[in-house]
Amino acid sequence: MIVFDHVTITYPGTHAPTLVDVDLTIPEGEMVLVVGRTGSGKSTLLRAINGLVPHFTGGTLAGRVLVNGRDTAHHPPRELADVVGVVPQDPMSGFVTDTVEDELAYGMECLGLAPEVMRRRVEETLDLLGLAELRQRPLRSLSGGQRQRVAIGAVLTSHPQVLVLDEPTSALDPGAAEEVLAALQRLVHDLGVTVVLAEHRLERVIQYADQVIVVPGDGRPVQVGRPGDIMLNAPIAPPVVELGRLAGWHPLPLSVRDARRAAGPLRDLLVGRTPHLRAVPVEARRLALVERLTVRYGSRAALRDVSLSVASGEVVALMGRNGAGKSTLLNAMVGIGPATQGRVEVDGSAPATLSGPALLRRVGLVPQEPGDLLEATTVADECRASDRDADCEPGTTRALVALMAPDIEDGTHPRDLSEGQRLLVALCVILAARPPLLLLDEPTRGLDYPTKARLGRVLADLAAAGHAIVLATHDVELVADVADRVVILADGEVVADGPTEQVVTSSPMFAPQVAKILSPQHWLTVDQVAGSLFRAHAPIDAAIGGIATPPASGAAG
Amino acid sequence: MREPRWLHAGAWWAWALGLAAAASRTTNPLLLSLLVVTAATVVHARRPDAPWARSFAFFLRLGVVIIVVRIGVQVLFGAAIGTTTLVHLPGIVLPSFLAGVRLGGDVTFESVLMAFYDGLRLATILICVGAANSLASPTRLLKSVPAAMYELGVSVVVAMTFTPQLVTDVDRLQTTRRLRGRASSGPRAIAGAAVPVLEGALERSVALAAAMDSRGYGRRGTTTASARRLTVVALLGGLVACCIGAYGLVASGSPFALGLPMLAVGVLLAVAGAVAAGRTATRTRYRPDPWRVSEWLVLAAGLAVVFAFLLAQWLEPAAMNPSVDPAVWPSLPLVAVLGITLGATPAWTSPTVPLTNAVEHPTRSPATLKAAA
Repeated sequence: MIVFDHVTITYPGTHAPTLVDVDLTIPEGEMVLVVGRTGSGKSTLLRAINGLVPHFTGGTLAGRVLVNGRDTAHHPPRELADVVGVVPQDPMSGFVTDTVEDELAYGMECLGLAPEVMRRRVEETLDLLGLAELRQRPLRSLSGGQRQRVAIGAVLTSHPQVLVLDEPTSALDPGAAEEVLAALQRLVHDLGVTVVLAEHRLERVIQYADQVIVVPGDGRPVQVGRPGDIMLNAPIAPPVVELGRLAGWHPLPLSVRDARRAAGPLRDLLVGRTPHLRAVPVEARRLALVERLTVRYGSRAALRDVSLSVASGEVVALMGRNGAGKSTLLNAMVGIGPATQGRVEVDGSAPATLSGPALLRRVGLVPQEPGDLLEATTVADECRASDRDADCEPGTTRALVALMAPDIEDGTHPRDLSEGQRLLVALCVILAARPPLLLLDEPTRGLDYPTKARLGRVLADLAAAGHAIVLATHDVELVADVADRVVILADGEVVADGPTEQVVTSSPMFAPQVAKILSPQHWLTVDQVAGSLFRAHAPIDAAIGGIATPPASGAAG
Repeated sequence: MREPRWLHAGAWWAWALGLAAAASRTTNPLLLSLLVVTAATVVHARRPDAPWARSFAFFLRLGVVIIVVRIGVQVLFGAAIGTTTLVHLPGIVLPSFLAGVRLGGDVTFESVLMAFYDGLRLATILICVGAANSLASPTRLLKSVPAAMYELGVSVVVAMTFTPQLVTDVDRLQTTRRLRGRASSGPRAIAGAAVPVLEGALERSVALAAAMDSRGYGRRGTTTASARRLTVVALLGGLVACCIGAYGLVASGSPFALGLPMLAVGVLLAVAGAVAAGRTATRTRYRPDPWRVSEWLVLAAGLAVVFAFLLAQWLEPAAMNPSVDPAVWPSLPLVAVLGITLGATPAWTSPTVPLTNAVEHPTRSPATLKAAA
């Protein structure tokens, strides 16, 4: 169905090609997973399938890309629209109309299909993706998972033989991600659609893939193979695979189901052992207090009677559906948002009454789009501005950046940084004032495994140095890795608040893979299991250890 | 009870533009207020529960701002008319080369009244456009745009949907400044947010363009280039003629030939172009809005207002533009009032709108749940 015939793609202004000599064939009706680090050329590979590269982006393509026999060199994206459907990373950015039904019909209108055909296909697609109740809804009023399904439906109505998706689940909560993946499964199995998707969250998708394409991104050739073979030696792997490798299971399990079947002996071995838990300092100081907080947007209560207390040295994870009120709670803790009922205190004072350095020395928030924090045109300027804002020694921020992300250069424009680098720079900017309370909103969106692991270590070190950390996230594996406590919000109310191992293991939605495999025992991560079996701790990155400066005590003023 | 359905967007826009055209013919505050009330009544009765429908309140506020600004300008710079002095502001004598421009001085009741009438007229026109905007979103209007004009229409609609997005972006970035310990309002905050907002908008438009291209927007049809050129000329010519005609109709004192006849020529040209374009277009349309009796009734209501106002102007010119010097209490010309009454009929004659359940995610207010049940 898709043939890459010795394809090399070079963008203008770069010294090395982004993709080198890609030679592969994707047969009909397969689900193919494209993995690789951020910036490795995954998106380029995906966009070459429908000719967006190079017709839309520029650059040169050597070799040939054939889709259903059509050469993309002679067919621009619009002439391939009936064969390839592309779902962009942010579905909202690709919507042309404003209601669900019109959006589903848009592609067919462009293809010039007869009205009766359009009508029938819209109805079929509404049923196939479970969108029938949403047909009249404005697109802006949909939730993340619904938007993603509409975006898939919108390209499906043209009956493409190939569906290309760029990180379809990265912004979704676990429930919505399941929804989308189930829909994709149906397409592959029932309709024989060929699906090519890129995804960082391997733990969510690897079990569904028929083939995996690894894009190394450093000039080495791409690797293609069955998921089981690729995962045997892959440097990045989901927890289920890592546990399988640790326990020496063969064949290597890719799904929780397979792993559970193999896990009997391991469970027996682990009876009587307990996970090694990080000790929370005893003389902990209460850094944040939220009491009976209610936040309203118009007539709608985003938060209702929420109470929360966070002590120094603690890492608290806020979880819950998209729109459950996680961001609202974080915003309230830095004094952003509409007038509230109830009490919010950080380090003894109400954040809404603070501003400038006095606020920065008590609490810092890294927002969902870390790039929003960065206004300067170079990293060096940004760091200088940050020192001024926080009223601290010149060079403080730059030193932090050098520790956390040594590969970032002074003259780079913040927009040219990779997603992960931008997050780390934003984190440094916030940390410059050494706030004892650090808040992060969805820090792992779009991060690859190595960057995520690095962030996890940074957070653990900061907590060890006495910072209190609250992070809102959908990423259950990160939570299992770093959080001491989990608070689950639903519809603006706290529905669970307790130690991580108790809260996440009691809920199938929020349980990490290792917990699902080893339940009823309370293990959360592969490191815990390995540590208990071999009494060896995971090595800690020495360079990162240096940033664990104790937070400013007593805060200024 | 008729089945709820969407009225043709063109009918709503024609009706609203009829009201706006009527408003432009008068400065009578009673008539203008009645027009605003009419627009508000119909919007209230037939507005869908979608996000774009909430823009009417914004247009009302904008109307108030226009009136205030108009009066402010009059007080500061306008030439005084009449003799009833309300306040005496210190005047500034300007150098002789600026003769005719005045700063400060006496503020008379008559000049304030004149400015109020003038501002109210402009505000009413704007509110009528706002009514059309919330009754039928510009995107729905696009569904009925002739095929040859489609690409032009898309760019207009994309621009219109980007504006609200820009406002949200500015808002978000201004709040984010607080996280850096900077002022989150004031000119510096806006300046700081400007570059990231524009960059974001640019990125979004590129993403949208890529998405539209991948979905087949602008596929080559079987049309020959010359046929396409001819249609575009006919359509654009028709549009220009329509504009001139509309201006001639609206602007008092323009020659008769520039009014209705020009408009008719424009409409004919546009229709011919549209028919030709429709015959060659490769695009098809999904569930086009039908044009039925209700649409004719709404269109007729809009036209009735225009004709009533034209008639009233001919019969009672003094009542349509009440004197401000000397100030008199405005009277109500009967014909115009009858016209406005007809203009309000769409509140009953048009079909009710279907329920979209458009609750902002993740809200489920009890009212909508009940309605859905």
